[in-house]
Amino acid sequence: MAEAVVDFPRNFAQALNNQQLRRNLRVAMDTMGMRRRTLFADLEAFERLRVRGDAIRQRALSKLPELLEQLERKCTENGIQVHWAETPAEANQICLDIIQRHHATRVIKGKSMVSEEMHLNHFLAEHDIEALETDLGEYIIQLDHETPSHIIVPAIHKNRDQIARLFHEKIPNTPYTEVVEELNTIARQVLREKFYAGEVGVSGVNFAVAETGTLCLVENEGNGRMCTTAPPVHIAVMGLEKVVERLEDVPPLLRLLTGSATGQLITTYFNMITSPRQPGEKDGPREVHLVLLDNGRTKIWADPELRQTLKCIRCGACMNHCPVYTRLGGHAYGYVYPGPIGSILTPQLEGLENAGAMATASTFCGACEEVCPVKIPITAILRRLRTESYRQTAAPNAVKGHGCKRNLAESLAWQGWAFSNATPWLNALNATLLGLTGSHLSKLPQVGLLKRWGQSRALPPFASKSLHALAKEKGISDE
Amino acid sequence: MPTHPEKVYFFGTCLIDLCYPQAGLASMALLQREGIQVVYPQSQSCCGQPAYNAGFPEEAKKVARQQLKAFPKDYPIVVPSGSCGGMLKHHYPKLFADEPEAAEARRFASRVLELSEFLVKVLDVKLEDRGQPIRVTWHSSCSALREMRVIEYSKSLLRQLRNVELIELQRERECCGFGGTFSIKQPDISAAMVADKVMDIEQTRATRLLSGDCGCLMNIDGALRHRKIPIPAQHIAEFLLERVHG
Repeated sequence: MAEAVVDFPRNFAQALNNQQLRRNLRVAMDTMGMRRRTLFADLEAFERLRVRGDAIRQRALSKLPELLEQLERKCTENGIQVHWAETPAEANQICLDIIQRHHATRVIKGKSMVSEEMHLNHFLAEHDIEALETDLGEYIIQLDHETPSHIIVPAIHKNRDQIARLFHEKIPNTPYTEVVEELNTIARQVLREKFYAGEVGVSGVNFAVAETGTLCLVENEGNGRMCTTAPPVHIAVMGLEKVVERLEDVPPLLRLLTGSATGQLITTYFNMITSPRQPGEKDGPREVHLVLLDNGRTKIWADPELRQTLKCIRCGACMNHCPVYTRLGGHAYGYVYPGPIGSILTPQLEGLENAGAMATASTFCGACEEVCPVKIPITAILRRLRTESYRQTAAPNAVKGHGCKRNLAESLAWQGWAFSNATPWLNALNATLLGLTGSHLSKLPQVGLLKRWGQSRALPPFASKSLHALAKEKGISDE
Repeated sequence: MPTHPEKVYFFGTCLIDLCYPQAGLASMALLQREGIQVVYPQSQSCCGQPAYNAGFPEEAKKVARQQLKAFPKDYPIVVPSGSCGGMLKHHYPKLFADEPEAAEARRFASRVLELSEFLVKVLDVKLEDRGQPIRVTWHSSCSALREMRVIEYSKSLLRQLRNVELIELQRERECCGFGGTFSIKQPDISAAMVADKVMDIEQTRATRLLSGDCGCLMNIDGALRHRKIPIPAQHIAEFLLERVHG
């Protein structure tokens, strides 16, 4: 399903003016960053671990087609039914068909970003199927008809008071309380009832092991285990890049994921799903389905540089450390995946003409790359996306919407800049001319670039003599 | 790289050339007082980073070629900026990877050193502080911190000065929001970032802000002056020269 056109400037301005949001995010991001730093205090050990994580993800992607076939084979042998979906619409239809075959109307969900990518809840609601989010954060935002603002901590934009008010208003017969334990109890009571009533469980997948046909699910609340074991049918949805080759690849990735995401050595729950209920077993679903979603990933995979986007294990550390995300929050980005990873993934999925502006929302400070557990070259990919925005190309791997920002004014400006900076006499002349303006720049009408800079900063003064001129005057050798 | 080269090239950067030439002169003076002959090629201009990061690599390449030409000999190339230094050292090899100049760009890159890195790592300078007691704070540019990794060199120079009290920022590792064309393309986000940086600086109660990068300085100094906060922002080279002269 296509999103409505995102008005980035308006979104960004609104987010920046929301002081409550700014405060909530700052506190939350500081906490997440601190937890991660504490766990990975030994920087050399972290570096060794992420070199390994990077290698595992690269190896998996290098044999992606074979591994996906192997995964399908192994899963099928284990009794898991595998479905392939090229688009979110196909994936939604697959889920709907399974649910309707079982005459189910109540679905309980564990946290899954791919299901957000599919807008699965909305689609099911259109078919009179209730999909209830059971992850606490997801439950909170579902109550408030919001989408996740962070891929790991979906309600990170809300503070305790806001959640207290929300529960009081939206959950019948709920007294107002700000005590965290009481809020937890309220949510637990509501969700417990729903777990009993759920007819189909939907979950995401953190890693799928090709060697064994195992679906790994990382979570802290036990709701993921409930969703994948209590209802008679379990549907796991996964982006097709999440496959790893061997079972032994999982422990290092798990350590990197939990450490980067929440600063935990391991999560409270780690589920490994290898089959539906076997004869003689007392629990577990009777049917397990795996839906593998492409949604443009194959195209990303075809380009060696862009492919690195697919190494992502969705830890969210890039968001927690991003100075831009910290000030905007996830909703301002307008798409499912926000922050640095969102800014490289979304334009590739949705096209530069729709989401290319996300690639401009970065100073290239590199804080994201410094913490990325699988060494995704985020700034290089952002730069590539900016370049492709201006460059129409016949290259087969070109990003969708390439050349959409091409315009004569900007092209001429950069060509003029390049000509001047590659022509010493012209460069010297320009320096002299700018020097004549001195600090009078501030007296010019403040429009265009001057206005954009000047609304929050004084303009820099041009020196009356350039360094070139001064060096010459001082007799510094030019050889 | 010779341990104590006789001669070095100085790459002044376009921003210092046009707006902060005193920082360039101070940098060269610091090198000269260690007995180094400084060569300033008049045919140099910009490293090309503005176009490279804005999405115009061909234009960046055109300008970068001019720099390859302007610094032909085997001398170290000293750069008073982590950002421009990072472009020359880490991005030229990528920019020219598929071009005839690939090997030349790699050789060029291997000669690049950031100013404080050169002063400490290569020259092992000892500075004598002749100035009055002063409290300063330090802004790390992201490229000096994460790309060139030279922040410890810069700070070690400041710590040599006995009358200088260095108060570190609470969020020293956080970007000031300059980001070259980012400050123009996303002026609101940039303004929010530099506003937080200004608050952090004020909290130190320092009377001067120092940095090794004039891009950040232009941004932060602009924000300080816009708010009429009387904390001058200065390139580290100017400050060091001022201190050793007293």
